[in-house]
Amino acid sequence: MSQHSSFRRRATRLITSGAVVATGLLVLSACSTGAEEGGDSEYGFAAAEQVADSPITVWVDASREPAVTAFQEAYPDIDVVLETYDGNAGGSGSFQSKISLMDQAGDGWPDVVFSTQQNDAIWASKDTPNGEAGFAAPLNKGFIEQDFLDGFAAGSLDYATIDDTVYGLRNDLAQTVFYYNQKLLDEFGYEVPTTWEEYAELGDQLAAEHPGYILGSMGDSFMTYVYYGGSESPVFQSPEAGVFHSDTSDENAQKISEIIDGMLENGTLVQDSFFSAEFAANYADKLVGVPGPVWYTGAIFQGGLATPAGEIGVAPPLSWEGGDVAAGNVGGGIWYASRHSENLEAVKTFLEFVTSADEFQVEASSGYPAYTSAAEKWLDKQAEAGYFVNDDFKTVMSDAANQIWSGWNVTPWSPETAWAKVVIPGMAEGETVVSLLPAWQTELENEATVNGYTVE
Amino acid sequence: MSAGQSRFGYVFVSGYTLLLVAFGLLPTLYALFLSFTRNGVFVGFDNFVRVFNDYRFLPAVGHVALYVVFWLISLIVLVVVLAIVVHGIRVRWLGDTARFLFYIPGAIAGASSVLLWLFVLDPSVSPVSALLRAMGYESLVNVVAVGNLPVVFTVIAFWAGAGGWIVIMYGALNNISADIMEAARIDGAGALQVAWHIQLPMLTKWISYMGIMSLAAGTQLFVEPKVLAQATKNVVPEDYSLNQLAYLYAFRQGDFSGSAAISVMLLVVALGLSTIFIFRGKLFERD
Repeated sequence: MSQHSSFRRRATRLITSGAVVATGLLVLSACSTGAEEGGDSEYGFAAAEQVADSPITVWVDASREPAVTAFQEAYPDIDVVLETYDGNAGGSGSFQSKISLMDQAGDGWPDVVFSTQQNDAIWASKDTPNGEAGFAAPLNKGFIEQDFLDGFAAGSLDYATIDDTVYGLRNDLAQTVFYYNQKLLDEFGYEVPTTWEEYAELGDQLAAEHPGYILGSMGDSFMTYVYYGGSESPVFQSPEAGVFHSDTSDENAQKISEIIDGMLENGTLVQDSFFSAEFAANYADKLVGVPGPVWYTGAIFQGGLATPAGEIGVAPPLSWEGGDVAAGNVGGGIWYASRHSENLEAVKTFLEFVTSADEFQVEASSGYPAYTSAAEKWLDKQAEAGYFVNDDFKTVMSDAANQIWSGWNVTPWSPETAWAKVVIPGMAEGETVVSLLPAWQTELENEATVNGYTVE
Repeated sequence: MSAGQSRFGYVFVSGYTLLLVAFGLLPTLYALFLSFTRNGVFVGFDNFVRVFNDYRFLPAVGHVALYVVFWLISLIVLVVVLAIVVHGIRVRWLGDTARFLFYIPGAIAGASSVLLWLFVLDPSVSPVSALLRAMGYESLVNVVAVGNLPVVFTVIAFWAGAGGWIVIMYGALNNISADIMEAARIDGAGALQVAWHIQLPMLTKWISYMGIMSLAAGTQLFVEPKVLAQATKNVVPEDYSLNQLAYLYAFRQGDFSGSAAISVMLLVVALGLSTIFIFRGKLFERD
């Protein structure tokens, strides 16, 4: 080997390693660009430097797209970039995962996010692992006027409120009631059940006399809220921050599980998701009654099942015989603003519009608006359309909102994932819910531990 | 080789080397750093212990191990057999068509191929719903029961990935000198004997190459369970595979150190297994 070529080889090696180091530095420096924060402003938090008229990015699930469309029509001057995601449905956690990525990157956050879950404020209000402020902007420290916030139904902002700071605006209320099909009840000569026991008896009767007709479905994991929250079963409790309690051996949990098992057995509860094409195809005219949140009105009856006006009635939530009326709470989406937004004025206009303006909440939203003035108009609209058979549906619905059982709490993880992982596949295999309860509880407690909670 | 040629050699590998360093080596080093520290403080094996004691860890290891076994065995056996069979087809257009058909699914990118399989696996919409129902599956939830998942993922991965390997093996078979094949035939070897005594031994290197690449891909199982979890609203658990668990650690629990610990463990296992493949498969030996 000549001196010459060995020198050249060394030079090449040097150049190569130089290039490698340079690339490495480039990559590292790209990672460490932090968000630039402006001073403590009129918003009550350290806002990013504002850029007038900059576009705002909004994440919604498919059902909330009309909100963005309505906003764009009402405010054509504000540039909105619409991005659809799964809305965190089923406790998928995609909201948090995506934001964590952006926190890590220090860039790319959306300005407004809609989530179908109630627990996001817990993580979104906390500092990131890097020690920077959490994603959600505090709303009641100067950003949004107290007058506007006072317009929400009492207690409806509780899930998004942590230590007196409001981090999210409620889209819709989600108290459970009992829906019934008056036409079918009349035809069969049945009464509307008022207790869980009567609900089970109706199931037995229906299965024996009119097989093929149903009283609900267990195919969605949010049934945890409907059947366990609604039956006052102490399955998902966080009596204080950092403490988790679950007791599936409790009498209520056992009783409601036995009722579910009996109705799965006799076929009055099915296992297709309410949102599946099969459910609409097979059961649109077979659903005699069902406990469910008030958003079933638009999302299920007027939506998927396309039940005509004048058939459906609304009764108070089911209770135990001799017990108090207690409603479950099934979601009720929440809108969050990003603390990193560069156009907070537009964000504010957007949030106020989608939660309170008639164009979305009254005209296009499927649920029961959380903003009181919009809720009244929404109820009037249903009354005008003569959708419900009973005249007192307004009081039934608004009473139920105040009867939500306080023994079901929110934590950083969703109760739905454990149900989906353990109970839904078990039911599909033909196992009884009662037999799956211990495994469900173990999974819930394991999740609690992973999330740093103490199980008591 | 002249000096000019060897210089061009560097140019050719430089692009790859830069990308390897930027997206392979540096992230690996960063993960190593993260896995032994917590908030920048050295903590020894704490992160590994914490992850190991997580109730989701061992089940995830089991899931991935089972899947990798299913996937590697079916891949190696079927790909080699199919490649030899296709190579043995004397009718030219038939052989070409077969290779083309095997290859097509590989053109569909990861997540979208899983979406396609979602429809195939759901008895209510599947083109093969009769078959699914005959096997006793009434709903998607039945089909994707945790016990069935290794097979489901193997089928998906085989469908999407095997075609490319069949084409590669076919090329390798073409490389076997015609003299050797002819000599074997003159000695009276049948197709089976040729396959067993000549083609298989001469494919060893390629088979171990396929083994390593597929092992690396298999242990990193993520897209398939992730998409199925999303589609079934977590009936397919979101913590099924190790990479999913690493993802949950990082982006749900905000614990990047734990996440890195899982990644490092995966790396160590994959490196160990690959080493076996490399030495058993004589991958680095020159002809």
